[in-house]
Amino acid sequence: MSEEAAATGPLPVVDWLKGAGTEDPYLEGHKCGECGAVFLGQRENCSSCGARDQMSPTRLSTKGKLYSYSIVHRSFPGIEVPYISAIVDLEGGGTVKGNLINIDPDPEKIEFDMPVEVVFDDALGRKDRDGNSYVSYFFQPAS
Amino acid sequence: MSDVYIMGVDMIKFGRFPEKTVPQLGATAALMALDDAGLKIQDMQALYCGNLGQASAMVGQRILQEIGQTGIGVVNCSNACATGATAFREAWMSVKAGVNDVVLAVGVEQMGKGLLGGAGGGTGIPKEGLLGSGTMPAVFAEAGMEHSRQYGTTFEQFAKVSVKNHHHSTLNPKAMYQIETPLETVMNAEMISYPNTKLMCSVNVDGAAAAVLVSEKKAKELGMDRAVRVKASVLTSDPYSDRDLVMPNVNDVTRRAASQAYEMAGCGPEDIDLVELHDCFATAEILHYENLGLCKDGEAGRMIDEGETALGGRVPVNVSGGLLSKGHPLGATGIANIYEVATHLRGEADKRQVEDARLGMTHVIGLGSACGIHILEKVA
Repeated sequence: MSEEAAATGPLPVVDWLKGAGTEDPYLEGHKCGECGAVFLGQRENCSSCGARDQMSPTRLSTKGKLYSYSIVHRSFPGIEVPYISAIVDLEGGGTVKGNLINIDPDPEKIEFDMPVEVVFDDALGRKDRDGNSYVSYFFQPAS
Repeated sequence: MSDVYIMGVDMIKFGRFPEKTVPQLGATAALMALDDAGLKIQDMQALYCGNLGQASAMVGQRILQEIGQTGIGVVNCSNACATGATAFREAWMSVKAGVNDVVLAVGVEQMGKGLLGGAGGGTGIPKEGLLGSGTMPAVFAEAGMEHSRQYGTTFEQFAKVSVKNHHHSTLNPKAMYQIETPLETVMNAEMISYPNTKLMCSVNVDGAAAAVLVSEKKAKELGMDRAVRVKASVLTSDPYSDRDLVMPNVNDVTRRAASQAYEMAGCGPEDIDLVELHDCFATAEILHYENLGLCKDGEAGRMIDEGETALGGRVPVNVSGGLLSKGHPLGATGIANIYEVATHLRGEADKRQVEDARLGMTHVIGLGSACGIHILEKVA
C-alpha cells in the first residue's frame, strides 16, 4: 500500500456515494428541476424530459422498499455466493440496486415491498490494485 | 414503395465449432441462403453483417473474402442481442428505399462458455456480488420477479417455459439440443439466479444465419412460390422509465416495437400464427407474451399453464426450441428466428410445422436496450 493511498482513507464504491470514511456517508442523486426524475451520478441533461442544465444534487433517503430481486447462486469466478441482488425504491425518489444483507437468501423469507434501510460498510474486504479499501452501501431489513 | 421479400434464408445447425473462424461460419450460412434463393454472390448488391464479438474487425468483408470479393458495399453492425435483426432491417430498408434490388444479410457469432454480463466496470474494485448482480441470469430474474410481484407468477410457471421450448427443440434438427426436460428436471437443475435454473438460461453456442432480400420486381422475376413477404420491420430503443438505471426495461421497448409493427403490418396479435420471441431466460418469455399482446396483462402465467403457446396451441411460441434450447449465438439470433418463421410460412418445417401458418412474428431484445420485431407473411 502506498503512503498516499493510506492517507486518503477508504474510497467510495461509486462516485455517487458521498462522505466515504466520514461519520455521515450518504447516496447522492441528481434531480431534474423540470420533471423531477432522479438519477444516480452527475449529469447535465435529463434523459426523461430532455431538459438541459436543470440538474441539482439531492441527498437520497436511507429508507426504501424492496421492488424486485434475484438470489444469485452462480456468479463470476471468485465471487462468493449466494447473495441477494435487490432493487430498492427509495423514499422521495431514486431506485438503487445492491446486495440485500442480514436476511436468509430464501424466497420464502423475502417479501416484495418489505421496508429496507441503506447501511454503509467496508466493501466486503475488496481492495484495488493500489491497496485502497472501499466503502460500499448495502440494504438490510428495516429495524 | 414496393414490398420486400425474403427469397432465400437458412441457418447452420447451432453448436460449438472452435475449429472454425467467425467469417467461415458466416460464409457457410451465406452460401446456404444464396443456394436457397438460387442466386450467386455476384447477384448481391450489398451485404449487411451482424456480429458482436468481433464488432470492429470487418466481419462482413471477411465473409466476402471466403465466398467472393465482388466489391459491393458492406455494412457491419452491432446492437447487442438485436444485432442480427438490425442487420436484416438495414438490408430491408435499402430495398424498401429502392436503393437495392437484391441484398444479403448475415448474422454470425462464436461464443465462449459461461455467464454473460457486466462485471461492474469502472475503476476500483469488482462490483459484482457487492452492488447486487450484473449477470444476465440475475438481470432477467429480476425482470421476472417484477412480474411475480404484479401478478403472482410462480417459479413453476417460469419453469414450464423451458419444458415447452426444450420439447419443441426435439423436433428441430438444427437446434443445439434435442432433449426433453420434464418440469422436475428443470426446477431441480442447478439454481443460477432464482428463479432461473441452469435449464432456464439460454445456451451459449456458435451459429450463423443468413437471408437474401429482394424487391417486388426481382421477386416476380425469380418466382414467388417460396417467397416470404416482410410485412413489418421495426427497431426501437428503450424509452425512459423510472427504474431503468438499475433495471433494464425490456417491457416498454418491446411494447413500443410491437404496436408499431402491428400498425405497419395492418394486423393485430390475434392474426399471428406463430411467434419466435427472445427467450434468453425462461422468465423473459413470460413477460413478452403480454408485451407482444399475445394475451392480456396478467394472463401470461395462465397462458403457459394452459399450453396456449405450445405447438398445437392457440399461438405457438418458439417452436424452434428458442434461445433456451436451439441456442443463442448473439449476432445470429435475429436472423435465425426469421429463418424459423419463414420455414413455417413456406410449409417446410416438417415435424414442428405450425399448420396453416400465414403470418408470423420474430422478436429480439438487445440489452441496453434495443428491440427488433419483424412480421412475415406467406405469399403463395
